[in-house]
Amino acid sequence: MQPFHTLTALAAPLDRTNVDTDQIIPKQFLKRVERTGYGDFLFFDWRQTPDGKPVASFVLNDPRYKGAQILVAGKNFACGSSREHAAWALADFGFRVVIAPSFADIFFSNAGKNGIVLVKLSEEDVAKLLTNAKTISGYQLTVSLEDQTVTDSQGFKASFDVDPFRKYCLIEGLDDIGLTLRHKAELDAFEAKHDEKVWLRARS
Amino acid sequence: MSTEPKTLFEKVWEQHVVAEPKGEPTLLYIDLQLLHEVTSPQAFEGLRLAGRKVRRPDRCIATVDHNIPTTLDARLNIVDQIAARQISALNKNCADFGIELYGVDSPDQGVVHIIGPEQGFTKPGMTIVCGDSHTATHGAFGALAFGMGTSEVEHVLATQTLPQAKPKTFRISVEGELPKSVTAKDVILAIIGKIGTDGATGCAVEYAGSAIRSLSMEGRMTVCNMTIEAGARTGMIAPDETTFAYLKGRHNSPKGADWDKAVAEWSKLVTDPGAQFDRELVIDATTLAPYVSWGTSPGMVAPITSTVPEPASAKTEIERKGYARALEYMDLKAGTPLKDIAIDRVFIGSCTNGRIEDMRAAARIAKGYKVSPKVSAMVVPGSHEVKALAEQEGLDRIFREAGFEWREPGCSMCLAMNPDVLKPGERCASTSNRNFEGRQGRGGRTHLVSPEMAAAAAIAGHFVDIRNWEVKA
Repeated sequence: MQPFHTLTALAAPLDRTNVDTDQIIPKQFLKRVERTGYGDFLFFDWRQTPDGKPVASFVLNDPRYKGAQILVAGKNFACGSSREHAAWALADFGFRVVIAPSFADIFFSNAGKNGIVLVKLSEEDVAKLLTNAKTISGYQLTVSLEDQTVTDSQGFKASFDVDPFRKYCLIEGLDDIGLTLRHKAELDAFEAKHDEKVWLRARS
Repeated sequence: MSTEPKTLFEKVWEQHVVAEPKGEPTLLYIDLQLLHEVTSPQAFEGLRLAGRKVRRPDRCIATVDHNIPTTLDARLNIVDQIAARQISALNKNCADFGIELYGVDSPDQGVVHIIGPEQGFTKPGMTIVCGDSHTATHGAFGALAFGMGTSEVEHVLATQTLPQAKPKTFRISVEGELPKSVTAKDVILAIIGKIGTDGATGCAVEYAGSAIRSLSMEGRMTVCNMTIEAGARTGMIAPDETTFAYLKGRHNSPKGADWDKAVAEWSKLVTDPGAQFDRELVIDATTLAPYVSWGTSPGMVAPITSTVPEPASAKTEIERKGYARALEYMDLKAGTPLKDIAIDRVFIGSCTNGRIEDMRAAARIAKGYKVSPKVSAMVVPGSHEVKALAEQEGLDRIFREAGFEWREPGCSMCLAMNPDVLKPGERCASTSNRNFEGRQGRGGRTHLVSPEMAAAAAIAGHFVDIRNWEVKA
């Protein structure tokens, strides 16, 4: 996982609430067995018409937002299906940060595993950032995970909460399985006792 | 052990704590992982790359359900080469890592959340995970069951554990007798409509109350299944006699003295009097009606007797925009009675409503009627066991005679990853769980309903109030 410290990058506004993972990455692309290459299919049905023409009005087709690495969106971002392909698609497209008033639980985990920083700000702050990203050409934000702040060059500043352990993993780019295996001795002991519980066995 | 009153959730959680490292999430032991073809290939690839093994293959089962066609011919020769590759990847992964697979040829194949309980793998008090957001289905047994992403699938394969932050607890009590023709599906649609699609984010929900207790296991699974549609991590119902009666004699249920021991342990899995929840909600069951979703989010539902809402009726500006966008996508005018909405397709099935009780309920409505000539309708049983049982009871004949297609088991048009897809502009009455834009096919329009409501809509060609349906003997 790529470590994350501070990022200054172009922000793209996705002014919609309850964006579900079916929109982020439609089902037809979940049939692949690879972990990479999903960026081309990000928001596929919103980016392209059924006959394959780009939808000019969609934000990610607007040349002004080419190269954006920060996505700003409405509340309950990435609700619905557990598909990690949604996180893979956002990361593969180039997004490293999503800013929204709230995120769905499963996506929250998936994003963390893929080095995507999720920044929860108030509805008012998100509304401000959406407006700025729409109206100010080349609008950039700086996201510092160390300081837990979002700033711009116009005087905007907001701080955000992040779980200290999640922050540490994102900054270090740590592998979860490796972290868990630090507890192997405890796990072995727990499991030996737990296996005796016949009422919790998978098979009889 | 402390004697403080505890919730059902806390009791199950505490029995699975492997480690509680300071400042980190709790490391939770996982009793059972369910796997399917869509969210597992990259997890197995990760294991291979890191040279890791599956820690407990005996605590895993796999099935093919998401992508598999539901007609016999198409199953024998899957023309979608990418889907076929994913299915053969699962075959190989299960063979290489020693995991039992309910594959295409298995007489017990079916939708992952249907075969787990059916085969007796799902038990009260277990922790159960799957790379699928509808895993809370198993919470109907008093298990702590939740969906996860592929990195977590890999994590559980490698370690049989998962680091988890402890969720908040939320009890939703549905009290009173459910009115006639108001089903488990209507209960959960009503709850989502009331609290919204992010109404329970970060929570473990416990469903309680006399209306919940009165539901069969199938009905309880329908309720827990859609918990994720309210944003919650998991949904649970305390096990009781209904649960034990369902489990007794199942293939993987404990037998003999082990059974008695198990029932004694499972019986402890109830919320103690006086236990505190972070949130509580009480719903009066007698006020509920059959529901129909009108929009593109499962919270956009209304009783069958009402009309498509005006965007102006939404509470906030941002919701007004959401309503307007949903009506545009759904091609609906505000003020239209829900009963006047004509449909083109009907889908009865899925992990929400693909169990035997759902088949029986739909067949009871369809018996002696004909599907409207304007409608194409299909019934997809959730598993081979459901299919066989339905056929024994003659339900397939009732459906066929009425003009429904009777298909092979799979997820089918719930998410339309297989050939069962809506065409752009088609409108579907569906017993599935999501009405997102394009969920059942690009440009397709989904209305979520109960199996009874779906069957009646197929016959009438539009939604009807099932409470007034004349059932033929």
